Amino acid sequence: MPTDFTPLTSAGGGALIGLAAVFLMALHGRILGATGIVGGLLRLDDPAGWRLRAALLVGMVLAPAGFLAMTGAWPQIDIPVGREAIVIGGILVGIGATLGSGCTSGHGVCGLARFSRRSAVATVTFMAFAFATVFVIRHGMGG
Amino acid sequence: MRSLLSTVAIGYLFGLGIVVSGMVNPAKVLNFFDIAGTWDPSLAFVMAGALAVAVPGYRLVLAARQPVFAPSFQLPDTRRIDVALVGGSAVFGIGWGIAGFCPGAALPALGTGIPDVALFVGAVVAGVVIARALRGALPVLAGGPSRS
Repeated sequence: MPTDFTPLTSAGGGALIGLAAVFLMALHGRILGATGIVGGLLRLDDPAGWRLRAALLVGMVLAPAGFLAMTGAWPQIDIPVGREAIVIGGILVGIGATLGSGCTSGHGVCGLARFSRRSAVATVTFMAFAFATVFVIRHGMGG
Repeated sequence: MRSLLSTVAIGYLFGLGIVVSGMVNPAKVLNFFDIAGTWDPSLAFVMAGALAVAVPGYRLVLAARQPVFAPSFQLPDTRRIDVALVGGSAVFGIGWGIAGFCPGAALPALGTGIPDVALFVGAVVAGVVIARALRGALPVLAGGPSRS
């Protein structure tokens, strides 16, 4: 399924993501990582951290409705894969981000922004494997 | 209270960025990775836009003595490139390529009420639990601090 090339809105949206990361660092001194938010909510031994993650999650979940209020349309979400791919992919994402200490937001934005060598290695690695995986699925398996 | 409300606002800003940028749409994300097919390079612009703000922003913020609502900045201090970092990132990339969602895109997408998004987030939670058990069993996977 082809999608439109949207350099301006993509860069603008990216800037908002970067701004959110900078604000979280300025106010709370923390890296903004999405898997850490999910994983941290499973931990009850740090009440202050738990409240912080819950508050971030509440804000995130409100965003599509905010977009609807501003533009009159829900955000475009097309999921071109089946349920089994969603489940298997999700489990691998959860395992990988936990073992690798980060995901797209934690390593790809926050880590790279402070020139962390670990984050650079992580980002290059997961990008390379994502490219390879999509290639194999779409062009390597009779696709 | 002020701190909590500002954190909700930060989450909202992040979510809006995910929505506006198109990261929220797995079809778009998968097309970024499909250079040989229906390639859509938009995602590179998301990354560039985020870094264009975060690089100077972090530089400015980290020059301060401490954050506004916390006693200190919590930054990972591990520098080691180890099996857990590289192997974990590889597994993450494979999962991202299969599903088209990463956690940062899926959490805001939960707000649309689409059931498959909740299914993905549930699977991620299962993966986190599995990884913590693996890490407990295999010390080689212990790795560095989480910045996920």
